[in-house]
Amino acid sequence: MDLSFILVQLVSGLTMATLLFLVASGLTLIFGVGNVFNFAHGSFYMLGAYFAFQAVATLQTNFWVALLIAALGAGLLGMCAEFLFLRRIYGRTEEGGFQILLTYSFILVIDDIVKIIWGTEYKSLLRPAGLRGSVELGSITLPTYNVMIIVIGLAVVLLAWLILSRTRPGRIARATALDREMLSAMGVNVPLTMTLVFGIATALGGFAGALAAPLRSVTPGAGIEVIIDSLIVVVIGGMGNFWGAWLGALILGEVMAFAVAIVPEWASVVSYVVMVLTLIFKPEGLFAPRQTRTV
Amino acid sequence: MQEKKSYLSEVFLFVVVAAFAAVPLLRPSSYQIMLASHILVWGLFAVAFNMLWGVTGMLSFGQALYFGLGGYGVGLMMKHLGEVWFLPGMITGLIAAAILAVLIGLLIIRVSGVFFTVLTLAFGQLAWQICFRWYHFTGGDDGIQNLIPPGILGNRIVYYYFTLALVAVSIWLLLRLSQSPMGVLLRCVRQNPNRVPFLGLSVRYSQLRIYVISSLFSALAGSLAAGVDNSIHTDMLYWTTSGEVILMSVLGGIGQFFGPFIGAAAIIVIQDVVGAKTEYWPLIIGLVMMVMVLVFPRGVVGEAQALRLWLKSSRRSDGG
Amino acid sequence: MQPVLELKNLNKAFGGLRVTNDVGFTVMPGDITAIIGPNGAGKTTLFNQITGHLVPDSGCVLFRGEDITGMAPQSIVAKGMGRAFQVTSIFPEETVLENVRMACLARRNEARRPFRNVSTFKQATDDAYAILESIGLAQYAERAAYELAHGDQKLLDIGIALGLQPTLLLLDEPTSGMSPDERQLTRDLIVRLWKEFNLTMVFIEHDMDTVFGIAQIVRVLHLGHLLAEGTPDEIRNNPEVITAYLGEEVQ
Ligand SMILES: Nc1ncnc2c1ncn2[C@@H]1O[C@H](COP(=O)(O)OP(=O)(O)OP(=O)(O)O)[C@@H](O)[C@H]1O
Ligand SMILES: [Mg+2]
Repeated sequence: MDLSFILVQLVSGLTMATLLFLVASGLTLIFGVGNVFNFAHGSFYMLGAYFAFQAVATLQTNFWVALLIAALGAGLLGMCAEFLFLRRIYGRTEEGGFQILLTYSFILVIDDIVKIIWGTEYKSLLRPAGLRGSVELGSITLPTYNVMIIVIGLAVVLLAWLILSRTRPGRIARATALDREMLSAMGVNVPLTMTLVFGIATALGGFAGALAAPLRSVTPGAGIEVIIDSLIVVVIGGMGNFWGAWLGALILGEVMAFAVAIVPEWASVVSYVVMVLTLIFKPEGLFAPRQTRTV
Repeated sequence: MQEKKSYLSEVFLFVVVAAFAAVPLLRPSSYQIMLASHILVWGLFAVAFNMLWGVTGMLSFGQALYFGLGGYGVGLMMKHLGEVWFLPGMITGLIAAAILAVLIGLLIIRVSGVFFTVLTLAFGQLAWQICFRWYHFTGGDDGIQNLIPPGILGNRIVYYYFTLALVAVSIWLLLRLSQSPMGVLLRCVRQNPNRVPFLGLSVRYSQLRIYVISSLFSALAGSLAAGVDNSIHTDMLYWTTSGEVILMSVLGGIGQFFGPFIGAAAIIVIQDVVGAKTEYWPLIIGLVMMVMVLVFPRGVVGEAQALRLWLKSSRRSDGG
Repeated sequence: MQPVLELKNLNKAFGGLRVTNDVGFTVMPGDITAIIGPNGAGKTTLFNQITGHLVPDSGCVLFRGEDITGMAPQSIVAKGMGRAFQVTSIFPEETVLENVRMACLARRNEARRPFRNVSTFKQATDDAYAILESIGLAQYAERAAYELAHGDQKLLDIGIALGLQPTLLLLDEPTSGMSPDERQLTRDLIVRLWKEFNLTMVFIEHDMDTVFGIAQIVRVLHLGHLLAEGTPDEIRNNPEVITAYLGEEVQ
């Protein structure tokens, strides 16, 4: 195992981590802010990939526009789902369980609708023209597209952080997580905030799906794999914790990259091992703040 | 009043078992026998699952793990050691399920709510992955075929009664459990977990116990299913299997002991009527789930009971 | 005589907020003691530390001579400490009888029996009915607990605690949210239960009639520390207490 092998795997892990983070951040955002667990988050990721594919195929748009269309489309659908369905079960007793079931039904419905529209065969999306080559970094060669994903990922992280900590809507969103009743007493339109946050979260999912499409083939059923991976990320990082999700994605991305290179057959099993170890030693997630003991 | 209620449940169970026992007398086709067996097996699976969710409030999305383990206990033994290993395979599957449920249970009862659900899902999918990849041992995606139970059990009718007997005893045991102090304790754990420690009782220990018990009966259902279908497949372990047993419970109603059994019967009959004609089965169950969650969260049995109470009270107010 | 409860130098902070500040006192068998103090004084937090719901940062809790600091609530409760809650804590979908019977079963170590029908546990059922009689809820035995009026739910909460036959009973604001009439009844009830079940009682209360009407000893908590303790008359006339606490109410 020489140095350049390790470097290449590190960068490949970083690419994977960025994509994981983009998906998981949406999941963790809506959980942290709205206390909603969107089991179907991976399906919005998958929809993003299909939207991008369709935009390129029929509208002949370039890749970047397709990316935007994917994010917008997933976000709009997410807002519809929240507005039409999820909103009806807020505040019900045992809401948590029903949220899971309702969003589970979204997975099934979206999966089959995708099959009806696009069929079951693999779809692939070409990398944008300028990004098909590779860049040389010292002794190693890296695909340009992967490097670009890392850059975009970092940009999104920065942007999200700026919005959440520096703008009024961001602060409102964070406060909603703290106290819905207090905010609505203060005149903030909480239902609208919830819908918008849900839209942003699903748009992030769709964006990640479109971004990943040129690297992975697009198939129905991709949603469930993605959701499990992002769940693992979130479990490692601590649910509802933005930075935790980032570090969780980094750990999982790197572990997976090396696992794929070393034990390709069992790579997907390795990610569960990471999760189980986290659970054994720190069940509340690696980066969750220490809680006062309650029983 | 309570004694009367418990006695009614046992009468109901007896009637259902008698009805199922009468099925072979109607000279059904072997396909119809299989359908009835499926209802029994999935009914047990759903009732066991509901002890976990409806009673104790632990929504597991990974009970397929134990259902599959039961099936693979039988399948692997018969594949590697020979067909006479059917019964030992069942027992091995049950023991394996119990051990695994204790180990996994100890890990996952440390978290609650959504996390619990997610972790059960992850462990289920882990088991599926391992089974899927370990081709030369488990047969991977090909599954294992030709699992004909040995000796007299190889006869369809005999195997049907064998299934019925085991399912009936299991459901009866679970019914007794649900009406015992432990059953009440489990309901208390769901309704107000913060109060339970102040009765001098441990919430986690109760949760672990029911997790193991429920998993054990799920494994039993899985091992019986192997003999009904004469084959097993990795799908038994896949997360959609967990999803299906959840749907059965929601459809029937999680508030009643027999609700999930009725939900299982309904799903299997609907699947039989519709499933053959459509490849969009997931879409149908997705829509059913959506309607149940949004409109009839109490399930068919629960809504029927609410309707009956409502009729009764409105009739009473008419009369008065 | 061995004290039932002994607190020594208990401290607890949430972040920077010191909610329990070097609190120590002793409760002797058969005492009926009140803890008073303004909202947010740290009374409930103190109960939480005594019952193991919260672990104190430092100091210790002795129950009948045994150090129970840091034990889990279920172990502490099993040793004979019962508690009723400020925010009523019952099992809403169970019947009133079932709520109390669960506690009686727990005390008899029968709560985990998995096979026999719960109503065939004769002893526990009789115990539960006896408790329902003494708290005056027997006529509602078969009702679901959530159907009870607020005041009755508070009584049921106490009834659950009694089912464990505790030596020490902690009550957190037993009369809060009640009408003056209900208060009077509850007050009488508490005294009756205290005698009938041979209890040692510590209760938190804001209603001064209740405090001065039934407590033998009153302790005042203010900003997390023990401001004063003494007989009701001593407390009534303590100038510090009057300025820190009673003053607000009197004005
Ligand atoms: N888990 C917690 N985390 C952080 N702060 C807490 C916690 N529990 C209580 N506090 C704070 O500690 C202080 C004391 O609370 P506590 O409930 O003990 O007051 P109290 O004396 O019972 O008041 P009341 O008469 O209103 O019931 C309050 O300021 C409260 O906000
Ligand atoms: Mg208080």
